[in-house]
Amino acid sequence: MTRWSRFNIASIVVGFGFLYLPIVLLVIFSFNESKLVTVWAGFSTKWYVSLFQNQALIDAAWVTIRVALLSATLATVLGTLAALALTRYRRFHGRVLFSGMVYAPLVMPEVITGLSLLLLFVAIGLDRGFWTITLAHITFTMCFVAVVVQSRLVTFDRSIEEAAQDLGATPVATFFQVTLPVIAPAVFSGWVLAFTLSLDDLVIASFTTGPGATTLPMRIYSQVRLGVTPEINAACTILIGVVAFGVLVASIVTRTRENQRERDERAAAAV
Amino acid sequence: MKSLGSIRRSFAPWADPTAKPYISFQNVTKRFGDFTAVDNLSLDIYQREFFALLGASGCGKSTLLRMLAGFEDPTSGDIILDGQSIKGIPPYRRPVNMMFQSYALFPHMSVEKNIAFGLKQDGMPKTEIAERVAQMLKLVKLEKFAARKPHQLSGGQRQRVALARSIAKRPKVLLLDEPLGALDKKLREETQFELMDLQQDLGLTFVVVTHDQEEAMTMADRIAVMSAGKVIQVATPAEIYEAPNSRFVADFIGDVNIFEGKVTASSGAAMTVAASSGFSLEVETSDPLASGADAAVALRPEKIRVTSQPPASTAINTVEGEIWDIAYLGDMTVFHVRLPDGKVVKASMLNAAREMDDPLAYDQKVWVSFAANAGVVLKG
Repeated sequence: MTRWSRFNIASIVVGFGFLYLPIVLLVIFSFNESKLVTVWAGFSTKWYVSLFQNQALIDAAWVTIRVALLSATLATVLGTLAALALTRYRRFHGRVLFSGMVYAPLVMPEVITGLSLLLLFVAIGLDRGFWTITLAHITFTMCFVAVVVQSRLVTFDRSIEEAAQDLGATPVATFFQVTLPVIAPAVFSGWVLAFTLSLDDLVIASFTTGPGATTLPMRIYSQVRLGVTPEINAACTILIGVVAFGVLVASIVTRTRENQRERDERAAAAV
Repeated sequence: MKSLGSIRRSFAPWADPTAKPYISFQNVTKRFGDFTAVDNLSLDIYQREFFALLGASGCGKSTLLRMLAGFEDPTSGDIILDGQSIKGIPPYRRPVNMMFQSYALFPHMSVEKNIAFGLKQDGMPKTEIAERVAQMLKLVKLEKFAARKPHQLSGGQRQRVALARSIAKRPKVLLLDEPLGALDKKLREETQFELMDLQQDLGLTFVVVTHDQEEAMTMADRIAVMSAGKVIQVATPAEIYEAPNSRFVADFIGDVNIFEGKVTASSGAAMTVAASSGFSLEVETSDPLASGADAAVALRPEKIRVTSQPPASTAINTVEGEIWDIAYLGDMTVFHVRLPDGKVVKASMLNAAREMDDPLAYDQKVWVSFAANAGVVLKG
């Protein structure tokens, strides 16, 4: 092992500082006694208390969660199907074009996605609100799910599907009893990704929303325009906490499962 | 009556003209784009037979097996199983099961559930499934591992699970794709005999694909040697080894010395071939070539004797040479002997005694000799 040079230490400090300083500041100031966001006046949790009395914020959070749950679930179904089609049917015409088109929304500016969806909804006369946000979120998160599931399917051993069919399982039974359980972790990761993307989307939601459906990021943004309050800091801290907790749990679960698997395999090989 | 090799058991439906084949490939061709994997192939396999498809990779043997399983459909021709065409029937409705080269165990299911999978698809009652699974576990000696997942098993145990799963439904035919390919040598040899016993006990028809000639020779009743989508020879292991029908088969199975030359004399049951400078071979054959024809004669290394003294009779099939290389393999020793014209002949000698009075050494002058019935005339 080479020793840490000063340059290495400096780059790490600068890099991580760049990444996490804003978040750390936000968390610290959410516990600020003062109403002024940038002046520290002692520790307090009063903004968390007032947060739970702010009905508008709570309503917005509720809308966000419902949109995220619904859109993530549907995007997972559609994205998984798209991934299956693109990895399995290798010989159809225009496969390259279709795969490219699945990836394109990943790099498409959100403003364009939002605007085009808005135009579509207006053109077909759909009332904007909860459902249009949900549809829009399905559209833009679906490709993320497809990419995640597709990367798992590339390494999927097709012979276990053949084995299932050989043993008498119809293609449908094979999918639900063999394929889906095996790719389930990737499908779940896709769902979590879609859920978090939907949770913090501001741009597309702003374009496709209507009266009566305001998501949490939209509410926070509109309040910030009138001045940042420690209440918003508190709301953001909770959001960060939830997301960090989710990521932590997911990675611990995968890590322990992988370790267990490695141990098992070593034990089996030693027999 | 003289016969080739040792006789395993008196089971030879292929020699009986009244026997009906159980599986029959009829002029089957399979193309993938421009590539012809199986080329107008006809082949009969009989009930309770242990049949091996042997060939190098890409010879079409796996494609043949996959067509039996239903994963591929023939481009043309027909496949008959037990009197019925199985063309177009999907794999999940065919009375055949397959053991995959990768074992293809379901990673998310326990050993027990893996074995029960096929039975469940058929809607067998739960108590019967449990009974059959217990029976299968006992058969492959994995009772203690019923609750384990595939990744908690060793390679040999996984192979047994795959086997148990593929025979749990009591298929009419069991297909085995390189069944022992992933096992180490010792385990492979043990398992070969276990598979043979199992096939006998269950009375199933086995079709095994392998590229390992030793495996095919050990296990199979008959072997089909394949090359470029065609069957070159179908015969018992002994016939394949002792009477190859072509240079390809002679070369593919075991070691062989091939002598080429013109026929100088030919009688009813023997012919003489002028192989190389000053050396002519005499071969007994029921179908000798005419004088003057080009001939190729195959000689297996173990049928050739290498001696430091001239043999008792030097009248026929004796030639002088010198030891070029010696490979000591324990049970036997392989000598490479250089003949005067430069041709190197392989000869193997069994090390029957622990000590030899007069061991052969490098560069020693020796006599190479063999019997008149040792050589095989190759046609084609």
